[in-house]
Amino acid sequence: MPVLTYRDALNQALREELARDDRVFLMGEEVAQYNGAYKVSKGLLDEFGPMRIVDTPITELGFAGLGVGSAMVGLRPIIEFMTWNFALLALDQVVNAAAKMLYMSGGQFNMPMVFRGPNGSALQLSAQHSQAWESWLAHIPGLKVITPGTPADAKGLLKSAIRDDNPVVFLEGEMLYNTKGEVPETEYTIPIGKAEVKREGSDCSIITHGKMVLVAMQVADTLAKEGINVDVVDLRTVRPIDVEAIAQSVQKTNRAVVLEEGWEICGMGAQVVDFIQRECFDDLDAPVIRVHQADAPMPYAKNLEKAAKPDAGKAIAAVKKVMYLG
Amino acid sequence: MTEVASRDDARKSRRGMTTKKNGEAPGASSEEIALRKDLLRSMLLQRRFEERCAEAYALGKIGGFCHLYIGQEAISAGTCSVLRPDDYIVTSYRDHGQALARGMNPRSVMAELFGRVDGCSKGKGGSMHLFDKSIGFLGGHGIVGGHVPLAAGVAWAIKYRKGDQVCVCFFGEAAVNIGAFHEALNMASLWNLPAVFVIENNRYGMGTAISRATANEDVKARAAAYRMTGESVDAQDVFAVRDAMGRAVDLARKEGKPTLIEMRTFRFMGHSMSDAASGTYRSKEELEESMKRDPILLLHDLMRSEGQLSDGEFAKLDEEQKAICQDAWDFADASPEPPLENLMTDIFVDTTS
Repeated sequence: MPVLTYRDALNQALREELARDDRVFLMGEEVAQYNGAYKVSKGLLDEFGPMRIVDTPITELGFAGLGVGSAMVGLRPIIEFMTWNFALLALDQVVNAAAKMLYMSGGQFNMPMVFRGPNGSALQLSAQHSQAWESWLAHIPGLKVITPGTPADAKGLLKSAIRDDNPVVFLEGEMLYNTKGEVPETEYTIPIGKAEVKREGSDCSIITHGKMVLVAMQVADTLAKEGINVDVVDLRTVRPIDVEAIAQSVQKTNRAVVLEEGWEICGMGAQVVDFIQRECFDDLDAPVIRVHQADAPMPYAKNLEKAAKPDAGKAIAAVKKVMYLG
Repeated sequence: MTEVASRDDARKSRRGMTTKKNGEAPGASSEEIALRKDLLRSMLLQRRFEERCAEAYALGKIGGFCHLYIGQEAISAGTCSVLRPDDYIVTSYRDHGQALARGMNPRSVMAELFGRVDGCSKGKGGSMHLFDKSIGFLGGHGIVGGHVPLAAGVAWAIKYRKGDQVCVCFFGEAAVNIGAFHEALNMASLWNLPAVFVIENNRYGMGTAISRATANEDVKARAAAYRMTGESVDAQDVFAVRDAMGRAVDLARKEGKPTLIEMRTFRFMGHSMSDAASGTYRSKEELEESMKRDPILLLHDLMRSEGQLSDGEFAKLDEEQKAICQDAWDFADASPEPPLENLMTDIFVDTTS
């Protein structure tokens, strides 16, 4: 199987879906001539032309809303936010327009569109450029929210997102674009709303998504050397969330750590813990522990940033704690 | 024919005063009179319908927010009279009049207002969210200015498909201060999108006078910032609305260029059902003065003075509209509440491409 970067896997998905359906177009800042701020759209302008790969002014609310309007009359826009930090300016269109249009119109106007871009922190970008928004977006009925952690998932899920007739939020990882993984050569899609057990284990579940999947795999590798077998559940989609996969894992291991990039209060992990207490109350041998970003804006200084972020060390400590290993 | 003469003819035509062909008697033709009667009918329907809305609101049959259009009907009637059936409208929450003028079934509108299952949005949208895909009526949006980019998007889709439709977007004058308006106008002009942006300037954003909210009250001047044609219209005169909209729609359809039009109007009611028509942020005298320029009266008086409408004809036309509104009321009243299982439908569709 070919090995691709996460970036190239996304690029393939875009190229294949643009070729498949001429109603699909990509719009955002620097997506065309500049080939994308993170080069995800590299080469697409040359291949598909300026009506389908569209550079915009820096006007997130405007072009997100333009995408919504075009979807109301049958186009299938892919709206790229240079980062989801900037998408805050466009949330009225994502939440009030895209997510609710079908409902408000009594089923007349579905929204076949994708909002995508990098989410979460990178390195030393400090407070305004280092935020993971999935819990905000997953809160909204009418949106599907996808958080792929690997190149293969990124490609298969982006293709599904583009083909979906509903508004889909697609959260990429800025630090994932250069990561590599095997990606099937033949045509495939991955169903939205299905988790995947990325690694089988019987001692403790780590339930995670997005960029933290890689961290969870590091944790599993490290702990395996100590004889602790971790079951890594990659949610892949956080809305709809695969409750069955969570329950199956926790019923097997009886212990769980929930690992996420964002803040604690009302974070994705809080929702996962709720599902666990609902579905697995009698299966638990220990309270569930959450690992997340410190409850502070992201600092710039290297040492403070490291202290703020969830990482393998913090997750290992959490696994040991739920296993009462000190 | 010179270009000037041609433009003049087009203007006369929109006023229901087409240049006579050789040999015809002077005065308005039967088509011209029919056009005028249809504009009058459209405005009367809107007026009578919304008078019933106010009544239904007082009786608790309509709830929530309800923003009446009374006084502004020449804008919707005049605009819809120059649109093609395949054109599009995107509007704000003050949307009843435009929906009716565009041809939405009054039964479907009233049932929506009553929160019943036979409403255009199955009772899920209410007053602010009227939609009818079959006539290109794309809502009914509740966030001030938030729908202006949507109109740019509809126009983008028209251009993308190399179509020759036009998208008209209505919003109040208070929306010209919000970012979404500026972002949409910039893109529409930058990309030559076939849209017409219509500012319904009724002089009050809720209870705040335009002079207290907007540094430059000449709101059409905003067009210049986006290298767009800007126009200001006496929107109590339905023919002036038709003239301006006709020009703007032509420009969009033929040259793919957007226009910003200020329609100077009055609303004779409060912002919504919760504020008095006068006495708080505007005086009774101001309201009474504005009501002298009721668009329905102006057209009625013109047609009377030119001998195109008798008292009997007007009364008959009015009774017909009242009957349509009564029928809509009865229909809405008889329509069931939405079944509870509808709470969880229309959140997603099950399909993929």
